[in-house]
Amino acid sequence: MKFSLKKTWTIAFKDYRTYFTSPIAYIVISGFLLIMGWMFFFNVSHFNVQAMQYRQFGGKGVSLTDGVIRPLYGNLHVIMLFLVPFITMRLFAEERKMQTIQLLMTSPITLTEMIVGKFLSAALLVGTMLSLTVVYPIILFIYGNPDLGPIVTSYLGAFLLSCCYVSTGVLFSSMTENQIVAGALTFVAGLFFWLVNWASQSAGPVFSDVLDYLSLIQHNMNFGQGMIDTTDVIFYLSFIGLGLFFTHRVLDSYRWRN
Amino acid sequence: MIEVSGLTKIYGQRTAIDNLEFKVNKGEIVGFLGPNGAGKSTTMKILTGFMPASFGTAKVAGFDVFDQAIDVKRNVGYLPENPPVYFDMIVEDYLAYAARLHDVPKVKLKSAVDTALLKTGLTHVKNRIIGNLSKGYRQRVGLAQALVHDPQVLILDEPTVGLDPVQIIEIRQLIKSLAGAHTVILSSHILPEVTATCERIIVINKGKIVAQDNIDRLTTRMNQGVTFQMKVRNASDSGIQAIQSVNGVKNVHLNDGTITIEIIPGQDEIRDRIVEAAVTGKMGVLEFSADKLSLEEVFLSLTTKETAEGAQS
Repeated sequence: MKFSLKKTWTIAFKDYRTYFTSPIAYIVISGFLLIMGWMFFFNVSHFNVQAMQYRQFGGKGVSLTDGVIRPLYGNLHVIMLFLVPFITMRLFAEERKMQTIQLLMTSPITLTEMIVGKFLSAALLVGTMLSLTVVYPIILFIYGNPDLGPIVTSYLGAFLLSCCYVSTGVLFSSMTENQIVAGALTFVAGLFFWLVNWASQSAGPVFSDVLDYLSLIQHNMNFGQGMIDTTDVIFYLSFIGLGLFFTHRVLDSYRWRN
Repeated sequence: MIEVSGLTKIYGQRTAIDNLEFKVNKGEIVGFLGPNGAGKSTTMKILTGFMPASFGTAKVAGFDVFDQAIDVKRNVGYLPENPPVYFDMIVEDYLAYAARLHDVPKVKLKSAVDTALLKTGLTHVKNRIIGNLSKGYRQRVGLAQALVHDPQVLILDEPTVGLDPVQIIEIRQLIKSLAGAHTVILSSHILPEVTATCERIIVINKGKIVAQDNIDRLTTRMNQGVTFQMKVRNASDSGIQAIQSVNGVKNVHLNDGTITIEIIPGQDEIRDRIVEAAVTGKMGVLEFSADKLSLEEVFLSLTTKETAEGAQS
């Protein structure tokens, strides 16, 4: 089947704009920056205290990467886990409730174009949120000398992980007319794939590997240390792809029934 | 332009439409008439490529609605029962979005939107947020959306619902003006709606086509138990007797200079004989006319007959 990037962008751009014509984008972005800013401030001041203590005892001390950057981007995932459901819950649920999905489904666009467009609109908003946090590394570069590598890979990892949440969100949003239901399910699913490997310690050797592999967070460890492992990238991309594929199935069946 | 054959849609146990068979020619305005739940919307949804049928085929603008859904959608403008408008968008932006979705080239986008605004009388509200408009205006925005890509076929599901009388007349005139250039199917459960706009009607009830014809012929077809009205200068008992004795007359009734004559259906040239009797009786015929059954009655009789049959089976 043909895939038109142009129409995908038409949808992505329209939905991205909708975030900004409604209060959603402003609330989510300012909330995100408030918490990130607070954490950055806390991490930096904690790092200062630590650095001074190490100096007193003549130790080498922790690096900026370990003391500030890794905890900062490590916690970013948690905030995304909470915020992404609010970004994605309306994508299809509202179209279903307001019946505007009929416009999309009677337009000469394929389901794939529609779904990818919706996914991109939310992914773009997530990207916007992440790009606004670039000020923190910039501040670190002005007053210190952090490694650039781990910062770049942390961003890549954070973006990919958030896109997994977005993909889950798109899926649950396509299943219901109720935004709250869509949002709640997205959050629960995201949390589940986050915590899934907690059981791996008590599980058998094979099963624990499977659980570890399924954990969204486990695959982010390497990114935080400045490494890009293709296994992780492929895991995230397949996770996203699978979510969108299921969305396609859900909407196709919606078409038959409604 | 539209060819439907054997079209059937089954939802679980319920058959929404059953073996529909009809054709619509290019430039025609066809009314889809039937009570609520008759299957009008289902048929329309299939024709727009929104929903696949269970059995049967439908071709719109030469394309199969299932195999070539994208081509069908490009050539169809659809106004669903609830106009599919985004309440948080500005009218003009919304129409531009709908146009882009329907492959209107970038260079023509502005003129396509302006034309649609002009046709539906929305130019003065083009910068307003759709959610703040009245229901009538939202309906018009929905109609503008269906028109914006200048489709060959327009499918309008109850286009005048929720409009005030003035707007209804405007929308009807708009739809009439679209004939020729566009092929239009519109559905309604209100009869005057269909008589006012359509050349041909397809009456549908319980998922089946009950009748399809142009309005005059449908009315004639229903003219089985016809009554005539005759106004006379001086009514006389002998004259009335004479009419009564005409072969095929069932009942004659005089009321204040007007004679109502009921006849047995299927009588040729009965009018000639009735008038002849009246003239022979020297009553002085002033007026003679047949009571045409209004479409309302046609519709009622068509659908109630169907219901009675359904109850028997």
